[in-house]
Amino acid sequence: MLAEDGIRRCVVELIRAAATHLPEDVKASLRRAHELEENPLARRMLSAILENVELAEERGRPICQDTGIVMFSVKAGEKFPFLGKLPGILRMAVAEATRKIPLRPNAMDIVTGINTGDNTGDYIPWIDWEIMPGEDYAEITVLLKGGGSEAAGGVAVMAPSAGIEGASRFVLEVIKEAGPRACPPLVIGIGLGGTAYAAICLAKRALLRGMGSRNPRRELALLEEKILEMVNGLGWGVHGVGGITTALDVRIEASHRHPASLAVGVVSSCWAFRYSTMRISGDKVEFLTHEFLNDLEVR
Amino acid sequence: MEYRLRTPIGEQEIRRLRVGDLVIVDGLVVTMRDAGHRRAIEHLRSGGRLPIDFSGLVLYHMGPVVRRAESGWEIVAAGPTTSARLEAYEPELIERTGIRLIVGKGGMGARTAEACMRFGAAYAIYPGGAGALAANAIESVERVEWLDLGIPEAMWVLRVRGFGPLMIAIDPSGRNFYDERRREVEENMRRILEGGGLRR
Repeated sequence: MLAEDGIRRCVVELIRAAATHLPEDVKASLRRAHELEENPLARRMLSAILENVELAEERGRPICQDTGIVMFSVKAGEKFPFLGKLPGILRMAVAEATRKIPLRPNAMDIVTGINTGDNTGDYIPWIDWEIMPGEDYAEITVLLKGGGSEAAGGVAVMAPSAGIEGASRFVLEVIKEAGPRACPPLVIGIGLGGTAYAAICLAKRALLRGMGSRNPRRELALLEEKILEMVNGLGWGVHGVGGITTALDVRIEASHRHPASLAVGVVSSCWAFRYSTMRISGDKVEFLTHEFLNDLEVR
Repeated sequence: MEYRLRTPIGEQEIRRLRVGDLVIVDGLVVTMRDAGHRRAIEHLRSGGRLPIDFSGLVLYHMGPVVRRAESGWEIVAAGPTTSARLEAYEPELIERTGIRLIVGKGGMGARTAEACMRFGAAYAIYPGGAGALAANAIESVERVEWLDLGIPEAMWVLRVRGFGPLMIAIDPSGRNFYDERRREVEENMRRILEGGGLRR
């Protein structure tokens, strides 16, 4: 049986993988952007980005010095044995990862601005939960959310008469205003629903859905493509230098809405879309996005 | 055009740079973020001196991830931070110190562009997020000052080799790349909304 120490050590490696190795699908998307881009400055920026990604992997160094706010998404079976202990384990793993990798300490007190020094604090690391009925395993995803890309996020609650068009327009406004500050090319998650809270939660879920995946509902899948095309039509491009690559992907999740409100949420990642997922099942740990970890003796 | 510059950089070398040029730097780079800028300006206004003479050097908007190595400090990741926050300090810093090249990300404003024109300086962007690549160009940490401000905010004096690609975004003729880009993007937005991309 896997013990708490073992889970903690695996989570430290999960965070290390996220900070130093982009998931394969994100890398593939950046390489493809480099192939398709014709603007010479944008191509030069993309080749520097790809070179940086390789160097970080080779040397085991953080891809970006802003190693972000540490956020977890946990999908846990109702019978997962560490359900109650997991928040404590994740918190300890974050402090340990901050020392070992190292990560930049980024958790500041909201009033005094004092840095806790270990990336833990009130509600930090952030943890989102989803419970799976009947199951006994858990999937843990860590997302390192850099400060710059928060410029390309937001939420608006509109009158339903604004329609999907109004919601799309809001997304476009957010991305246009953020411009180069958010370190494009971006990966954009959009949530549609009836309350501000639902919309922003769904937007984060959409962000983590996997590069190039499309919403199962045809109308929303088409909207994903359409918004991607429009965002790229803005012409900000890689780090704002121009060209066709302002976003790598757009994904949408939607809930039913209230008769009187249409809420739209946007959560974006910079090009350094750093996340990593593992599954704990009985005494087995499997790394799903960073498979090379499965060969290491981290337990 | 592509240039390779070595510090100290002379005014003539800077004056020939134009928006869109790519630059690689060898020599000394000094880092400062918000708190460092604030302290530098306070020192200069009260007639004090900075710990290092900035004239002809490169100023980098950056707060690193560092590791304490046996022989001193090791810079682990060193990508740029958003330059716009430093707009309030930069014109005065350019005027008072003779710094020649400022490096960051996201662009700077009209007052910095004005100071670049008057005093012979330029602003360049480094690809945001490329922290490992930037760290790889750092040969050594020459000095660190003002560590009481914390590691990201301290003044790091770094010896670099092949630091780049830097893209000139404000040139000494006063041209501001991102101002021009923003106008283009606004125009593209108008076209997308009118051109039936969105119905309302």
